[in-house]
Amino acid sequence: MELEDIIKEENIVFKKTKLLNDKPLSYCPGCGHGTVHRILMETLEELGIDEQTIGIAPVGCAVMAYEFMEIDMQEAAHGRAPALATGIKRVYPNKYVFTYQGDGDLAAIGTAETMHCCNRGENILIIFINNGIYGMTGGQMAPTTLEGAKTSTSPYGRDVSTMGYPIRITELIAQLPAVRYVTRQSVHTPAAVRKAKAAIKKAFEYQAEGKQGTCFIEFLSNCNSGWKMSAVQANKWMEENTFKYYVPGDIKDNFKLLKNPIVEL
Amino acid sequence: MSELRLMKGNEALAEAAIRAGVDAYYGYPITPQSEVMEYLMAANPEKTTGMVVLQAESEVASINMVYGAAGAGKMAMTSSSSPGVSLMQEGISYIAGAELPCVVVNVVRGGPGLGTIQPSQADYFQTVKGGGHGDYKLITLAPASVQEMSDFMRLAFELAFKYRNPAMILSDGAIGQMMEKVELFDPIPRRTDEEVAQQCPWATTGRKRGTQKRVITSLRLVASVQEEFNIKLQKKYKQIQENEVRCEMIGCEDAQFVIVAYGSSARTSMKAVELARKSGLRAGLLRPQTLWPFPTKELRSLAERGVQGFLSVEMSAGQMVEDVRLAVNGRSRVEHFGRMGGVIASPSDIFEALKQFAAGEKKLF
Repeated sequence: MELEDIIKEENIVFKKTKLLNDKPLSYCPGCGHGTVHRILMETLEELGIDEQTIGIAPVGCAVMAYEFMEIDMQEAAHGRAPALATGIKRVYPNKYVFTYQGDGDLAAIGTAETMHCCNRGENILIIFINNGIYGMTGGQMAPTTLEGAKTSTSPYGRDVSTMGYPIRITELIAQLPAVRYVTRQSVHTPAAVRKAKAAIKKAFEYQAEGKQGTCFIEFLSNCNSGWKMSAVQANKWMEENTFKYYVPGDIKDNFKLLKNPIVEL
Repeated sequence: MSELRLMKGNEALAEAAIRAGVDAYYGYPITPQSEVMEYLMAANPEKTTGMVVLQAESEVASINMVYGAAGAGKMAMTSSSSPGVSLMQEGISYIAGAELPCVVVNVVRGGPGLGTIQPSQADYFQTVKGGGHGDYKLITLAPASVQEMSDFMRLAFELAFKYRNPAMILSDGAIGQMMEKVELFDPIPRRTDEEVAQQCPWATTGRKRGTQKRVITSLRLVASVQEEFNIKLQKKYKQIQENEVRCEMIGCEDAQFVIVAYGSSARTSMKAVELARKSGLRAGLLRPQTLWPFPTKELRSLAERGVQGFLSVEMSAGQMVEDVRLAVNGRSRVEHFGRMGGVIASPSDIFEALKQFAAGEKKLF
C-alpha cells in the first residue's frame, strides 16, 4: 500500500484541533502548558463554543498563550486576569470566559483579584497552572514552592519560618460559597490528561447553564528547566513530592465540598 | 426631552453615564466621589438600560474590569479620587498600550498620600504627564460646573471611541460635591451587541470561524515593533492635539493680564476677574476645558497679541503653570498662585494675587 492510499479522510483517527495553530510553542519540551493548551482548545472545539469564547492570558510563561490559541483573547497585567474576566462576563453574560494563570500570577500578585472573583461567583472558568516556580523570569520562588525546595531566590531551600508556607490556594478557594467546581488535575500521563480534559469539559458545561458559580481547575505541572531536571525526572519528582502536598482530585463539585482540606503544620 | 434638575456634581455625572448609554461601571468607594456609585446603585440601571454597576474589591480590580469590558468593545467606566486613581495607574497604562476606549473619572482631593478629603488640583501632572509607565497620553477633560460633569461624560466617551484612547475626567472635590442646576441630555440607547461588533471590529466578542482572531494586548516583545507602535501612538496624539483642544475665554479680548485656571479654580477666578475689572485692572480668564490636549496655541496668540502676564491659578504647588510657560515661551511673564492641601483660594485672595502680579511681584503666596 502506498502512502497516498493511506492518507485519506476516512482513515484519519486523530487531528490536531484547528483552534491551535502551527506556531512552535514557547514552552520547554515536557512542560505541562502545551498539553493544557491542547485539551483546552480541543474541548472548546468539541463543545462548539469557540465562537462565543474569550480567553484571558496572564503574565508568566503563558503570556503568549494568545499567539497559539486561535480564539479572541485579551492579555492582562500580572495577576489581573480575573478582573478582566469579570469585566467581560458581566457585559456578555452569554459568552464563555476563561482565565489561564500561573502560580505567581494567581496566588501571589493576583490573590485579591482571584479570591474576590471567586467570592462573587463569577460564572467563568479559572485555569491555574501550578508548577511551584516562576518559570519565565528564570526560576524564582513561587507562593506554591514546596518547603525546602531550592530556587534562585531560595538558594538554600524554602525556609517556611521566614518565607511562609507553600499556599494551597485551591483549598482556600473551595471554601467560598459561590464557587461551584474545584478540582486539582495533572497532565503528566495519558490517563491524567484524559481526566483533566473531562474536568475542563464539565467546567464549560456548568458555565453554559448561565448561573452564578465559579469553576476552578488547578493543573499541577512540572517545570523541568526551572527544577533543573529532565522532563521524565521532573514528572517523577512531582508524583513523589508535589502530589503529597497538593493532593490531586476533585475538591468541590456543584457547590458541595467533597473533602475537608486539612492544613497540617 | 432634556430635563432640568438640582444635583450634586457626582450625581450629575452618574446620571449622565446612564443617559449616555454606558454599558458598565466598575468602582470602589472613596471620598469625595462615593456618590457616583451610590447614585448608580440606587438608580439600578441594570433594570432599565441594562447598564452593569459593580462594586469591585479595589481600584486595581475596577480599572482591570474596565479593561476587560473595553477590550470587548463596550462603553466601560470607573471613578475614584486621588489615592484610588494612583492605584489605577498600572491599568491605565495597559489600556493606553492596548488602545482601548474607556472613561476614568478623578474627583481630586489633597495629597500626597492619604492627604485630605477636600478639593485639590494636585493630580494635574499625574494625569497629563503620564502617571503610569511608558509614553502615553490621556484625553483629559476638566469640568468647572455640575453642568459640565454631565456634558463631559458623554463627550469623554465620544472622544475615547473616536481615537480608541482612554479619557480622563479630571474634576475636583468641590465640583463633585456642590449642587447646581443641570440640564440633563436626552437618554441615548445602549448599543446592541450587533452594533458593538459592527462599530468595533477589533473587539474580542468571540472569533467567528474563518475570520482573524482579535487579540487585545500591550505586549510587543520586539523593540522595533514596539517602536513602530509608539510612533503610531504619537501620530494619534498629534491628531488629537490638532483637533480636540477646547477652552473658554472670558474678557481676554482687551486683557492686559490673563488668569489661566480650570475646574473650581476657574469658578473662583471668574469672580476675581470681575473684581479686577471693577477696580480698573483689565483682566481676563482662559479656562482650559481640555487639559490634554492643552490650549497652547490659544495662549500663544494671546501672548503675541500683547498680554503682559499670565497668572496660573491652581489648587496645587503649581503644575499647569509649566504648560502655560511652555505655551507663552518667554513672550510674557508667567507666575503661579494657589493654595494647597484642600484649601480653596477665595476670589479676593486671587484678586489680591493678581494685583501684586500686575505690579511686578513674583512671590504671590
